[in-house]
Amino acid sequence: MFLMRILKGDRGGQVLMALLLAAMIVVPVLNLLVPESSALHLSTYSVTLLGKYLTYALLAVAVDLVWGYLGILSLGHGAFFALGGYAMGMYLMRQIGDRGVYGNPELPDFMVFLNYSELPWFWQGFDMFWFAAIMILLVPGLLAFVFGWFAFRSRVTGVYLSIITQAMTYALMLAFFRNEMGFGGNNGLTDFKDLLGFDLQADATRIALFMISALALAMGYLACRAIVKSKLGRVAVAIRDAEDRTRFIGYRVEYVKLAIFTFSAALAGVAGALYVPQVGIINPGEFSPLNSIEVVIWVAVGGRGTLYGAVVGAILVNYAKTYFTGAFPEIWLFALGALFVLTTLYLPKGFVGMLKRRSVTS
Amino acid sequence: MHFQLKILIFLFSMLVTHGAVAEAESKSFEQIKNLITSKSFAEKTQAVSLLAAHPERRTTEILNALLEGELYYRKTDKLLLITKKQNREYIVSDAITGQDLGVVKKREIKKITTNNSIRKKIRAALAVKQLDSEDAVTRYQAVNQILGDPDAEMVTHLQQRLEIENDKKVRQAIELALAITELESADKKDRLAAIAGVSGSIEPAVRGKLATIVADDPDEAVRKAAKKALNNISVQIQLYSFLETLFFGLSLGSVLVLAAIGLAITFGVMGVINMAHGELIMLGAYTTYVIQQALPELIGLSVLLAIPAAFIVSGLVGILIEKTVIRHLYGRPLETLLATFGISLILQQTVRSIFSPLNRSVVTPEWMSGSLEINSVLSLTYNRLYIIIFCLLVFVVLNIILKKTSLGLQVRAVTQNRSMARAMGVRSARVDALTFGLGSGIAGVAGVALSQLTNVGPNLGQSYIVDSFMVVVFGGVGNLAGTLVSGLSLGVVNQFLEPWAGAVLAKILILIFIILFIQKRPRGLFPQKGRSAEG
Repeated sequence: MFLMRILKGDRGGQVLMALLLAAMIVVPVLNLLVPESSALHLSTYSVTLLGKYLTYALLAVAVDLVWGYLGILSLGHGAFFALGGYAMGMYLMRQIGDRGVYGNPELPDFMVFLNYSELPWFWQGFDMFWFAAIMILLVPGLLAFVFGWFAFRSRVTGVYLSIITQAMTYALMLAFFRNEMGFGGNNGLTDFKDLLGFDLQADATRIALFMISALALAMGYLACRAIVKSKLGRVAVAIRDAEDRTRFIGYRVEYVKLAIFTFSAALAGVAGALYVPQVGIINPGEFSPLNSIEVVIWVAVGGRGTLYGAVVGAILVNYAKTYFTGAFPEIWLFALGALFVLTTLYLPKGFVGMLKRRSVTS
Repeated sequence: MHFQLKILIFLFSMLVTHGAVAEAESKSFEQIKNLITSKSFAEKTQAVSLLAAHPERRTTEILNALLEGELYYRKTDKLLLITKKQNREYIVSDAITGQDLGVVKKREIKKITTNNSIRKKIRAALAVKQLDSEDAVTRYQAVNQILGDPDAEMVTHLQQRLEIENDKKVRQAIELALAITELESADKKDRLAAIAGVSGSIEPAVRGKLATIVADDPDEAVRKAAKKALNNISVQIQLYSFLETLFFGLSLGSVLVLAAIGLAITFGVMGVINMAHGELIMLGAYTTYVIQQALPELIGLSVLLAIPAAFIVSGLVGILIEKTVIRHLYGRPLETLLATFGISLILQQTVRSIFSPLNRSVVTPEWMSGSLEINSVLSLTYNRLYIIIFCLLVFVVLNIILKKTSLGLQVRAVTQNRSMARAMGVRSARVDALTFGLGSGIAGVAGVALSQLTNVGPNLGQSYIVDSFMVVVFGGVGNLAGTLVSGLSLGVVNQFLEPWAGAVLAKILILIFIILFIQKRPRGLFPQKGRSAEG
């Protein structure tokens, strides 16, 4: 079977797929069927939280694909994530219709507030889900394609590339903060009501979103694994380890990079699109360089160049973040900072690498 | 009038009986006192004229107090008082002698009220007094104050003054003021001559007058001349506003250079990506704040003291970072980037825990506030001026360190060929630590400069880190002069873009420009040449 072939020899991936499948069965059961009084009951809040972690994990997988296998340290993947999120947010905004505060059937509240007379051209079509769905893939993908086209052709590599990806997300953040951009400025897009007719506040919708996120993560993982195992993936690894040599052998390095980078950006866009309906808001803060660099640290903590390590890292770090910011808000940044330093110094292969080494030695 | 006559008779008799000059003076004050405390505004006006003509120096203060509504009199004996209100109490002093009389209650004293015409008269009288002041600067300011519309009395006074005036600047100002009045003359020739006289000036008063002439002067030739003069003036004003934008751009650029030049050393010379650079800047700014808190009576000196202190604080923290973290990551730039980013988070949170997350404001010392007024259109604020000078100074000192000292020689040797340098006996580990310390120390010094421009807060560094990297990369890595040129030019371009694109959009445009530029010339404006360039 196709699935078997992809996961052959990938123990971590097999475990991950099994876990995701289990979660898709267990979580709805614990939330919907176990009574609230029971200790095993999973609150809707937790379900949404888990769903959010899964979208983060998908983003981390996208980053690991370009960093772990292609050697591009992107400090701007948060931008692709946020663009996907905005595309979804625009669809959700249009779904509000006349239920907004101002009751305008055509214009979202913030546009009424800013005295727009009609919908800007780039908001056209977002009332249809299929259009929004295409945009979720297309907008981040296109940005990555154009950006990569310029960057890879002129052979910008290493830290330079990292810094200009950071500048890219920084510029986008500044741009989206402007009210004139037509994306809600500082406040972003929020007050969503429903998605494809399902009430976003309903437990069933939350569960469904969680399951879709899990499914998307599984599909995304499999797609990345398929790329990595393909000939394209092998060339990518060759580029990571010796870019010039690969070029001299005759491969068109920039096309390989461009293909994988664009795919990864679209994947990040999907993650963002699934993230927005679960947290209920998207604002320019998502573009902040700090967010993008945090994703990199999830990957580093989990274990770079393994794909499933990225999932482990994303969930682990975010769980820690939720816990710390709740219990000791003062300590969180110390902990995150220490995590950056200690992982790079002592855990170059990440958490997964540590486990692997232990199992080898024992 | 009857009352006034009585007083005059009374005074006259007094004058006759006591002949001495001093006595007469005090008597004339007596008369003024009586006039000024009267209810009639006409008498008050008279008192003002007498006060203005009085040779005594304190009359200026009395007039000022009257203008500000601070002149009172004691109800019991009509003694004139200058009052300062403080927490519902009135601190009073004798208006004539200046003697301090302590605190009084409100019902013991009465305010001397004025009306518009009296206030106008007082202003004119004060201007005349200032015009005759011994201080040339005061005279100059006085002329400029009445520049728009001097009345006939003032014009004669100005003319008299012009004859005895010997300060060149004041003379020019008076000539200009007279020329402006001539603009309204009935004679066409006078008007034309006046237009020729004012055409070099960019005072707003001149522009206003010329504009009215262009609009409604009956004579064609005068209108034409005025229009030409006005065009001349607007060209000049454009030039000055261009110079002003250039100045603001250069000062903004200097800030960028200061923030980036430390990075140019650690990133450019050593090849180390230090994401904590912004936080080292922040530490420098906080050092300034701490010094001002510790020495509240030495605000003027605190900034100067902060420069070496910030250099040491940030430099030591930098060396600590190098010894504990960066040392183990040489040759792995991406990992260095992540680790130093972690350090930046730790430093931010440390500052937040110690000083609270709120912004702290650093006091600007007196010698740095205010501005250098070149003319009525162009004025250069001192703090920006000092920052430009300071930036150039730092640049020169750094260049000397790198080019002329043995440390600089070793740094360049290690940069170009580490193993060869080590073979020649350079202790490369020590050089690395010192170089990193130097770069970090400069970041601290930049923080001192920044503390004078913006609020000091835990996020101060973050807002500069992307910009600093852009400056270094744009200028060409490993090249201090490139950093200077790129920082200054980015600052200037930003400032010129701002009026038509808006501040945020200007920044975005510049970022996009740099992103495109790097892709065209990946090694920046001034790429490093030679073998080391291939590293």
